[in-house]
Amino acid sequence: MTFRLEARGLACERDDRRLFQDIDLEVGPGEVLRVEGPNGSGKTTLLKILSGQLTDYSGELHWCGQPMRRARSAFLANLLYLGHTPGVKAALSPLENLAWYQALCGERGDEAERMAVLADVGLHGFEDVPVAQLSAGQQRRVALARLTLTPRPLWVLDEPFTAIDKHGVARLEQRLLDHAQAGGSVILTTHHELAPLGELRRITLGHRACSVAGE
Amino acid sequence: MQVVEPKAGLGVAIAATVKRDLTLMLRRRSEVINPLVFFALVITLFPLGISPDTELLAAIAPGLLWVAALLATQLSLDTLFRGDYDDGSLEQLLLSPQPLPALVLSKVLVHWLLTGLPLALMAPVLGLMLALPVGSFAVLALSLALGSASLSLIGAIGAALTVGLSRGGVLLSLLVLPLYIPVLIFGAGAVQVVILDGNAAPHLAILGAQLCLALMLSPWAIAAALRISING
Repeated sequence: MTFRLEARGLACERDDRRLFQDIDLEVGPGEVLRVEGPNGSGKTTLLKILSGQLTDYSGELHWCGQPMRRARSAFLANLLYLGHTPGVKAALSPLENLAWYQALCGERGDEAERMAVLADVGLHGFEDVPVAQLSAGQQRRVALARLTLTPRPLWVLDEPFTAIDKHGVARLEQRLLDHAQAGGSVILTTHHELAPLGELRRITLGHRACSVAGE
Repeated sequence: MQVVEPKAGLGVAIAATVKRDLTLMLRRRSEVINPLVFFALVITLFPLGISPDTELLAAIAPGLLWVAALLATQLSLDTLFRGDYDDGSLEQLLLSPQPLPALVLSKVLVHWLLTGLPLALMAPVLGLMLALPVGSFAVLALSLALGSASLSLIGAIGAALTVGLSRGGVLLSLLVLPLYIPVLIFGAGAVQVVILDGNAAPHLAILGAQLCLALMLSPWAIAAALRISING
């Protein structure tokens, strides 16, 4: 079974200011959608709507042809969302953080698997150090480890490159490309210039107009 | 890539959430100890402030102990969802494919285990200071254990509603304290009845009924309140 996230005529208002309107988009297997726009143009809000967190919008949102309201639990089982804040607990170690995320998905997992994933994001030797003692980039890497640990077809990533070093950026770009080639899809915002990523589409949010363009 | 079907595994998620919250709280001990210290301080001050007359103290002891325990619980509520909200794990909790009411219930369970239960166990010791008759200790601890579970559940609704506000403390008290009144009346009443040589069973039964009602309804209310806070 294949998947598809569709939005028709999405519009959102915040404090009497229209952030965006008439956004139509479709994301299916193998596609990467990049949301662009200046600061304050509503990129994060759009991602929160697309990941089912905000319900305060007009327009329609469908998952696999079903309205989001009814397909919510099926949708959430397929979604991996990484927000502005990495969502890792400062007082817990990277291993403990990942164990909780794995359990939230209903999987018990094992420690060897989590160690391997952490080594993969360059955190070998930091597995048992409280996250509070890690740098901002390392904390972000703990969150990014979830991309491999709990495979989900749809990734919604809000500024995933923040605080990551050059080498890490290249690894993450490769990771996104591999995911798209394996038939997954990615929706992301970033101010960073992306290396050519397979089938990349862009949607630009502005203060007045929004446009969708293929590349 | 294949579509993932929603899986079961709710038990795993609940157990992991309880374990995670317990670990977190035990690493920040001050948050666990603060309400207990507050409780002990308030009770210690009363004999000094009122009078050392044992008869007078014994008469007001049930109410004092209950009010102090209630305020101590109230103090600790603000941190229930605050940390998760600040570091983004709350939005991840809301996006997990597991039913949210079950997950928040496990967070409230940890809050009760580390606040309500220790308060209930500590109360008889502080009761000694207020010349509370020894025969009422068991009922005091039991009524506080039952009642504080209701307080944690009801308070979590308020904590969830105010988690998005930077200074939600006063609002939280205003929202939650009126709902605490029935628990306070029957909790303190149970201890009072034992002191007057009556039967505390009806009071304890009502406390139990209040807990059942809170257990049934509040997880849904907490989940809905969290969704509203995240939407804001």
